[in-house]
Amino acid sequence: MAGTQASPEPEASLAANGHAGGNTSLSGNPATQSLCDVPVVRRASSYGRVDDALLRRLQSIVGDSNVTTNRTVLEQHGRDESYHEPMPPDAVVFPQSTHHVQQLVAACAARRVPIIPYGAGTSLEGHVAALCGGVSIDLSQLSQVLEVHAEDMDCRVQAGVTRQQLNHHLHDSGLFFPVDPGSECTIGGMAATRASGTNAVRYGTMREAVLGVTAVLPNGQVIKTGSRARKSSSGYDLTRLIVGSEGTLAVVTEVSLRLFPQPEAVSAAVCPFTSVAGAVDTVIETIQTAIPVARIEFLDEVQVDAVNRYSKTHLELSPTLFFEFHGTAAAVEEQAKQVSTIASSYGGGSFQWSTAPEERSKLWAARHSAYYAALALRPNSKGLLADVCVPISRLTELVLLAKEEIRQTQLVAPIVGHVGDGNFHVLFIVDPDDQAELAAVKRVNDSLVAHAIAVGGTCSGEHGVGYGKLPFLESEHGRAALDAMAALKAAWDPLNLFNPGKIGQFIPP
Amino acid sequence: MSMNPFCEIAVEEAIRLKEKGAIKEVVAVSLGVQQCQDTLRTALAMGADRAVLVKVEPAQEEALEPLIVAKLLKGIAVKETADLVFLGKQAIDDDCNQTGQMLAALLDWPQATFASKVVLDAAAKSALVTREVDDGLETVSIKLPAVITTDLRLNEPRYATLPNIMKAKKKPIAVLSPSDLGLDLADPASRRVQVVQVKEPPQRVGGRILQSVDELLDKLKNEAKVL
Repeated sequence: MAGTQASPEPEASLAANGHAGGNTSLSGNPATQSLCDVPVVRRASSYGRVDDALLRRLQSIVGDSNVTTNRTVLEQHGRDESYHEPMPPDAVVFPQSTHHVQQLVAACAARRVPIIPYGAGTSLEGHVAALCGGVSIDLSQLSQVLEVHAEDMDCRVQAGVTRQQLNHHLHDSGLFFPVDPGSECTIGGMAATRASGTNAVRYGTMREAVLGVTAVLPNGQVIKTGSRARKSSSGYDLTRLIVGSEGTLAVVTEVSLRLFPQPEAVSAAVCPFTSVAGAVDTVIETIQTAIPVARIEFLDEVQVDAVNRYSKTHLELSPTLFFEFHGTAAAVEEQAKQVSTIASSYGGGSFQWSTAPEERSKLWAARHSAYYAALALRPNSKGLLADVCVPISRLTELVLLAKEEIRQTQLVAPIVGHVGDGNFHVLFIVDPDDQAELAAVKRVNDSLVAHAIAVGGTCSGEHGVGYGKLPFLESEHGRAALDAMAALKAAWDPLNLFNPGKIGQFIPP
Repeated sequence: MSMNPFCEIAVEEAIRLKEKGAIKEVVAVSLGVQQCQDTLRTALAMGADRAVLVKVEPAQEEALEPLIVAKLLKGIAVKETADLVFLGKQAIDDDCNQTGQMLAALLDWPQATFASKVVLDAAAKSALVTREVDDGLETVSIKLPAVITTDLRLNEPRYATLPNIMKAKKKPIAVLSPSDLGLDLADPASRRVQVVQVKEPPQRVGGRILQSVDELLDKLKNEAKVL
């Protein structure tokens, strides 16, 4: 170990290598890895090593079969669903309880070994990459639905429960959990990343859905935040702080969630448009008319083509909107009529309706598979996803900008989006070994983010920061706010053990 | 208590036929302990009109083998003068896939199992049922009254909504006992099946990385004994 400085080496290396914000390269380029200067940090740093003594200690906590250094398992735990290069941890552990997690954290902290919480590995910006090595704590075996209070419409689940598992559990209760990102992800991961989905326009995101968490802090203490009350004015909102902290402040082991009633009537529709602007303007007017649409999703013609090929649908090859309406039968009919009137005034074609559950499921499954459909356009490719979110009145401008820049560079880049929230994704489908292509993609992405921030938006509506979006944070938040984040992180995690190299890691230049 | 997924599909299909006006009334039936009422309430919340529980004591639950269930259901089908009995093709606890077929035989009714599509001609008192079979899809025409068992792709069941769950609390659930239907579950002569043993498959042993083809051949021959 390299000595006993008060501040851990990685932060000193960050200062030495310069703030990541000045560096705009993609994964694979050593400069990105200088976030905690991985090769240097692993060799000579104030972080401890995962040695046999630690492994034995970890085994004594969770059992021999729940600790592994198997190369394949390590690689899997350092990888997510993005273009970012996998960065495996040194060991993976599988706790069975909050108490286990607490002991694991204490054992690692005593030896200054980094910790990376892991749900299902479906993140999109290298969230689980073990930039400084360490121990991956895989929460998947905390997979119990603990309590469902139908009378108060809330529940409590362990962090490893997936959203599909929860909804299956609830399916005859009259309630459902609406946050639906495209993947099969864990509730703990969704809380840690402040996830969102296609239902956000009506039902909100994890920001609103999480009532409280049980979490293990870097100092080894277990806290239980929030209460089952729907509102509270009592103290700092630790729940809101932890939700979206991406494993840098706490390891979430349990989540209390708000549930919603199953809608009485549901109908879904697909509408093709003669232009991108027409489709997006329809969305804007729908939102500005305060029609409580449950889902409103945009797919450009490139994405529609990808979806048709992948999911065997037969959608018209035009910019398209997918809608879903929830409510009483009368309300659904009324909303549908209002929206179709707006759509036809912007060049919308005829609506294709689906009411039967299996038809609607097929439609939304096709939408949810958009990313995989896009990847399938180019075998052996990886995805770099833009995730800008802007005030709705500026959305058409941003989407048209994206289309134009893509057209000029001739990239394979379908566009899909939760346009009702002002959020859209450009799915840049890249050959990860083609540096020239990656550079072109970067330029377009940077341009979109800069525009989004300039109109009061954000670089990440829902995919989070991981380490891929760190370079954009200063222009979005400003130095002072980033310093405030770093101060919080330093207070909660002075040894910088929890998912180091990600958000909260900022050193003044 | 969760409804067997294939039974959910059966309830959904019956309700869709009622919504289309092809049938008049849907009666949901369950057989088991008192808690089966929860499952029946779900069926009522989905849209069944009323329910029947053939209640057994916990000690007798094991006696509910497929043939016994079929005999009890026969009693109910006759009592209710049913035109159609929908069942899930199998229960996911025992995976027997027998009850529907036995019921049809006991009633001497036509059967169409593993249905993936049902088209009812109420006026002609017949149904055209597409079945999923190993070779593909087979369509049969059956006269009513008949027994149909449902397969996964027949439909996607609706969710119970809160207002319907509330309404379901007021729908009637009649409770019968096996003796009301002429069966004595305590009589050992009524049992046909005895569970001799239940065991888990052997634990998976870890894989190994071998160094050469010769080593592989040796292992396949002498350890795995497949050569």
